Amino acid sequence: MKKLLSIFAVVAFAFSAHAGTLDDVKNRGFLKCGVTTGLAGFAAPDDSGEWAGLDADMCRAVAVAVFGDRSKVEFITTTGKSRFPTLASGEVDMLARNTTWTISRDVNLGFEFVGVNFYDGQGFMVPSALGVSSATELDGATVCIQTGTTTELNLADFFRLNGISYEALPIETNDEGKENLFAGRCDVYTTDASGLSSTRAAASNPDKWVVLPEIISKEPLGPLVRHGDHQWGDVVRWSLNAMIIAEELGITSENVDAQTSSNVPEVLRLLGVEGNYGEMLELSNDWAYQIIKQIGNYSESYEANVGPDTPLEIARGLNALWTQGGILYAPPFR
Amino acid sequence: MNEMNEVRKPPVATTGIIGWLRINLFFNWTNSLITLFVIYCLYQFIPWILDWTIFSADFKYNYLGEQITNQEMCSRNLDPENGGACWAVIYVRFYQFIYGFYPKVEVWRVNIAYAMLALALLPLLYAKLPYRKYFLYFTYIFPVIAYFLLNGGLGFTEVSTNKWGGLLVTLVLGCTGIALAFPIGIMLALGRRSKLPVISMMCTLFIEFIRGVPLITLLFFGMVMLPLFLPEGIDMDGLVRVLVAVTLFQSAYMAEVIRGGLQAIPPGQYEAAKSLGMSYWRMNLLIILPQAIRISIPPIVNTSIGLFKDTTLVIIVGILDLLGIGRGTLADTNWLGLSYEIYFFVSLVFFIFTFGMSRYSLYLEKKLKTGINMGAD
Repeated sequence: MKKLLSIFAVVAFAFSAHAGTLDDVKNRGFLKCGVTTGLAGFAAPDDSGEWAGLDADMCRAVAVAVFGDRSKVEFITTTGKSRFPTLASGEVDMLARNTTWTISRDVNLGFEFVGVNFYDGQGFMVPSALGVSSATELDGATVCIQTGTTTELNLADFFRLNGISYEALPIETNDEGKENLFAGRCDVYTTDASGLSSTRAAASNPDKWVVLPEIISKEPLGPLVRHGDHQWGDVVRWSLNAMIIAEELGITSENVDAQTSSNVPEVLRLLGVEGNYGEMLELSNDWAYQIIKQIGNYSESYEANVGPDTPLEIARGLNALWTQGGILYAPPFR
Repeated sequence: MNEMNEVRKPPVATTGIIGWLRINLFFNWTNSLITLFVIYCLYQFIPWILDWTIFSADFKYNYLGEQITNQEMCSRNLDPENGGACWAVIYVRFYQFIYGFYPKVEVWRVNIAYAMLALALLPLLYAKLPYRKYFLYFTYIFPVIAYFLLNGGLGFTEVSTNKWGGLLVTLVLGCTGIALAFPIGIMLALGRRSKLPVISMMCTLFIEFIRGVPLITLLFFGMVMLPLFLPEGIDMDGLVRVLVAVTLFQSAYMAEVIRGGLQAIPPGQYEAAKSLGMSYWRMNLLIILPQAIRISIPPIVNTSIGLFKDTTLVIIVGILDLLGIGRGTLADTNWLGLSYEIYFFVSLVFFIFTFGMSRYSLYLEKKLKTGINMGAD
């Protein structure tokens, strides 16, 4: 199936390989952004039918950069299987769909990951009554695991490396894993940490479950565009970077107006007061100002959608700035 | 003499409620045992389900009298000991379930389309409707009206199908699929039985190919490959592509169902029609098809119900139908964990539609007396 999809993608790519996505988007009047059909904290429709979440904010940021208007975006829902053909065929201009950046997707499928907006990784969740504080203490545990995924392989590696044994209870979907864990048919549930958090938040008593500190795989999730259109890739890349740099510089949606009279050169460059960086990207000069004003910096988006104050309660962890113990890092704005 | 003629009443034990109970529920000891077991199960289950769905449930306010805006405010999450279903999620999301992301200012168009759909179905459902002929004209032009009404054009602002969702998408897919597949299916069935080898081979090939692949494959085909066959610049709408796939799928099944009906028509009917000098089309239209379709009603309804439920597969290609909206709601951090309520509601809606279809087919069968062996002797 994967091979077939990649062939589709390549064929579709060949048909639609034309430069100038930015011009297409401008002429169309709105951005087409591929998101999930619903993943807690990343993209899901809220009560009024507006898409909300970390990935949805990423889409809006790009729309703001191009049009200066956060509503100029059409969300196209895609599934794990349909996302790549949809992007390759030009039906969407970009994907922000919690997609892991891997070499085969980057190279073989002909896409370009422009950055990482969430560092995820495979983790473990256990009942707090089990009294376990580390995954290395899980010798002999029954583990609920989605079959045929990389998580399955990661799990086998981890237990073998630590010289402990486990019994796998194969499941198909996240819902199934949740039900099995809550019913006590397995001691441990393992999947991506963000998925564990939403599973935990869905429990009737979330305090009865703990997510163990071990993260056993790298899952950098980021927005991606089609290969070959570097101008458009730059727009999406720097829309993400602008949000991260804004956090670094302490610019928020609230103080952004005051910051335009700051005396820090990088702030002035980012907000378009000095220099002509917007022009280089073929955007208006206040594009980054508008992103921060209308969407907020990375931290604001994170806290509103997945942070400790939301039901998901995902700590910043790896997603903290490099200055604060995480690995979130954007190239300098100059 | 009088005494002899007096009608004696049947024994009490065979009439009235007691008689009915004896015959149907307690006929012998195995029957009685099963009956008691079922009664016990219902006794256990019904009070619980009624309590959960109605008596202890939250509809808009929780037991503290607050209006519920997220799952933490549901009674059963505030106090796990009591509190049943939290229907507030359906209340809050009702608009999305029914219309998807259709803009609120334009939603009257969907409402009119729903009302017109009911009006268009009326003459099809009731043969005795007064002025049925005029109603039928309306039914024929309804799809065109609905298209402009829902999609835009002719003075209406355009609403991209990307904004459609929920029941709207389910009904559009179900109705269009069923309505289009019926004539196509008839043509395919006639084609497969044709004496012209090219036609019959092509129809057979088509039917066998479509029946040989799962609907998901066809949906992917429609989504991914169909645009490649079109000249560049022609942007085919996502929903239309799915509709094409669904219609192809359904017409292949419909063709086989109708072919079954055609094969049940005794050759005498064909011969009689031909001996009257009828052409191929007149013979089929006036003699063969009315009988064939009549005996095919149960399987036609069967595949139609199947299709109506299969429309939920469109989530695979990223279209949010009724079930898709439900899943999207479950992914909202405000409503995490309310899967029972949402799946219950979605299945209830599907049940209402499919049960309606199946009751209607029973009514049709009774009316047309399809059970009678027509003209076989």
